[in-house]
Amino acid sequence: MKLGFSKGEEDFRAECASWLNAQMAGEFADIKGVNTLTAKAERRKEWEQQLAAHKWSCIGWPEEWGGRNASLAEQVIFAEEYARAGVPGRVNHIGIELAGPTILAFGTEEQKQRFLPGIAAGQTIFCQGFSEPNAGSDLASVRTKARLEGDKWVVNGQKIWTSLAHISDWIFVVSRSEEGSKGPKGLTFLMMPLDQPGIDVRGIKQINGDAEFNETFFTDATCPADSLIGAVGGGWQIAMGLLAFERGVSTLGQQMGFRNELDEIIAAAKANGSANDPLIRQRIGKAEIGLRLMRYGALRMLSNTDHSKIDGAALTYKIQWATWRRNLGELAMDVLGQMGEVTDNPEYEWGMLPNLFLFSRSDTIYGGTNQIQRNMIAERALGLPREPRGDV
Amino acid sequence: MQFSFTEEQVMIAETAKAFFAENATSERTRKAMANDGVDRDLWVSFCTELGLSGVGIDEALGGAGLGMVEFAIIAEAAGAQVAALPLLGLATAARAIAAGGSDAQKADWLPKLISGEAIAACEGVPMLDFDGSTLSGVIDPVPHGTVADVFVFVSPQGAWLVRADAPGVAVHAHTTMDLTRPLARVTLDKAAAEPLANAGAAIAAIHQGGWICLAAEALGGAQACLDRTVAYAKERIQFGRPIGSFQAYKHRLADMMIEIEQARSAVYWAACAADEGADDAAMALHAAKSFCADTYFMCAGNMIQLHGGIGFTWEHDAHLFFKRARSIQTMLGNGNMHREAVATMVLGEAA
Repeated sequence: MKLGFSKGEEDFRAECASWLNAQMAGEFADIKGVNTLTAKAERRKEWEQQLAAHKWSCIGWPEEWGGRNASLAEQVIFAEEYARAGVPGRVNHIGIELAGPTILAFGTEEQKQRFLPGIAAGQTIFCQGFSEPNAGSDLASVRTKARLEGDKWVVNGQKIWTSLAHISDWIFVVSRSEEGSKGPKGLTFLMMPLDQPGIDVRGIKQINGDAEFNETFFTDATCPADSLIGAVGGGWQIAMGLLAFERGVSTLGQQMGFRNELDEIIAAAKANGSANDPLIRQRIGKAEIGLRLMRYGALRMLSNTDHSKIDGAALTYKIQWATWRRNLGELAMDVLGQMGEVTDNPEYEWGMLPNLFLFSRSDTIYGGTNQIQRNMIAERALGLPREPRGDV
Repeated sequence: MQFSFTEEQVMIAETAKAFFAENATSERTRKAMANDGVDRDLWVSFCTELGLSGVGIDEALGGAGLGMVEFAIIAEAAGAQVAALPLLGLATAARAIAAGGSDAQKADWLPKLISGEAIAACEGVPMLDFDGSTLSGVIDPVPHGTVADVFVFVSPQGAWLVRADAPGVAVHAHTTMDLTRPLARVTLDKAAAEPLANAGAAIAAIHQGGWICLAAEALGGAQACLDRTVAYAKERIQFGRPIGSFQAYKHRLADMMIEIEQARSAVYWAACAADEGADDAAMALHAAKSFCADTYFMCAGNMIQLHGGIGFTWEHDAHLFFKRARSIQTMLGNGNMHREAVATMVLGEAA
């Protein structure tokens, strides 16, 4: 058991920090500190390409596909330095963290050639078409239909909560390809171009006034017959394999974003005197401890190289960070007091902390609600009997 | 960076777990509870046969070398059985002597403490009166005060060794809620005391060892509460179903696991940071002690609730965990104290 980094790794850290800080002080100074997911989308696409031009876009990928084959420690370091430098979140997070690794793991050679270079280069932005109005927590009940007609798939139906679909190029869609099938059987995983007449993307205005999420409608939308990953009817396995990538190294970068938020709260508490309130001090102490434990939990999870069994500890991570961050939003508002509930921005756009308070209500819902997380932990990690399935 | 056990650490964990599971049985613990709270045969076999009592103490001083990670592994395994053993004294008093004692003090006590021939206890108080050769004051409560052969007492004025059989030492046994680690009042009336040469180092060793020991015990105990309740949830049938199939029940078990996994990160972060002398080691100790104690109490409370009536009985082991958890919450600084220490690190002192 060892927590320290080697000299070589510390040198790598310095290299990352130096390059990222130079970018944020120079050519890309205008996007430094942007904290909503939709702001300055075009500039952030250019930023994706800048990362790629310097081989920083997907360092954990194999070198032949544009990565650096970086070690776990190096990926951890890059993710931490990325957030520390105040660089905004990746608009192609889904391409780099989910679509790419899924294609690498399950795609054909031809599909790798077709998609990976574009993703690595920051030219192909992906979004995720999983949830539907009637398939949220119960993802396996998706109804969006796909049928094979000659040399193409024809897709009809609706997806919802498709983050960043309005600025994306491609969407991966879990669709029902077997007429009359139920649950996880009969599903197919398709990669579809968004820019076509059969696909209509409409923004959903959220609690914080932003519109990161969308509804995406498919009306005789098409994609070539060889656009499926895995087998016809084997889409559920691919979707589940993809979700496993979600708990990767990017969690550490996400945590550095949380670090910035907690630092902002600490600064606000010092500035307005609430740092002298013993109850606020307890809560800030607790938040600090929670954040540190998240980091060491992630390092523990990533250091575990035995992937032969379900890692129960890893299943606890989503609910842990989501709940911590929602509490952080409430702490922020208690520190700010009433001034947290006003802004002089006429557009209903909020600063970091009020936005954290509002946005974090979604953290305990998307990607599996806290209640679904508890079911998963209880059933998969603790081996308790499964929830019976209804028939309505 | 590799935040997982080495092969050697996995082996120590398996050995320690098997040893305590086999020997620190409920029956033996209850026998000790009816006496002075220490299973002496178990302690001697832990010290001699298992040979892990010197872990975390320098080999040159008769210890087994290794570090706080290995010590935490052992304390976790002991905590899982609520073993009635004076392990905390090894973590605090013995380490204080090793870190701050003179060569003679180390030679006098460490071999005996590591072999189990002598038992040590340790406690700190705000004020003790030392006149150059004798110590006076009241120290209350002292864990394992009645069974100790030697005490390490600390106050802001220093750190001292006091033999339990020295004239002027009076020990009053309390009836203690947690009978697996009984507390006593020690009154010193001009009792012969030797100052430890380096009190600062001794106190730092006590904090490090004591907080890690309690946090690791709490982790082991919390995991045992979860494991035993999960087993019960699968076998107990009500309304024609195993009770573990109800969400109101299984979600509480999931919540226990969520806390326990964080507690595990906390213990091994603290132990590893202590061994490596990392910058965040001080924060890690406060985090581990407060977080693990609260996790243990939450899990032990849930264990009683989720067992229903049987969990409230003396016959069931739930109360052993529950009382140990409560005691760990307060011992060596309560959660508010440790969280305030963390708050001070990030906010500065309150005005």
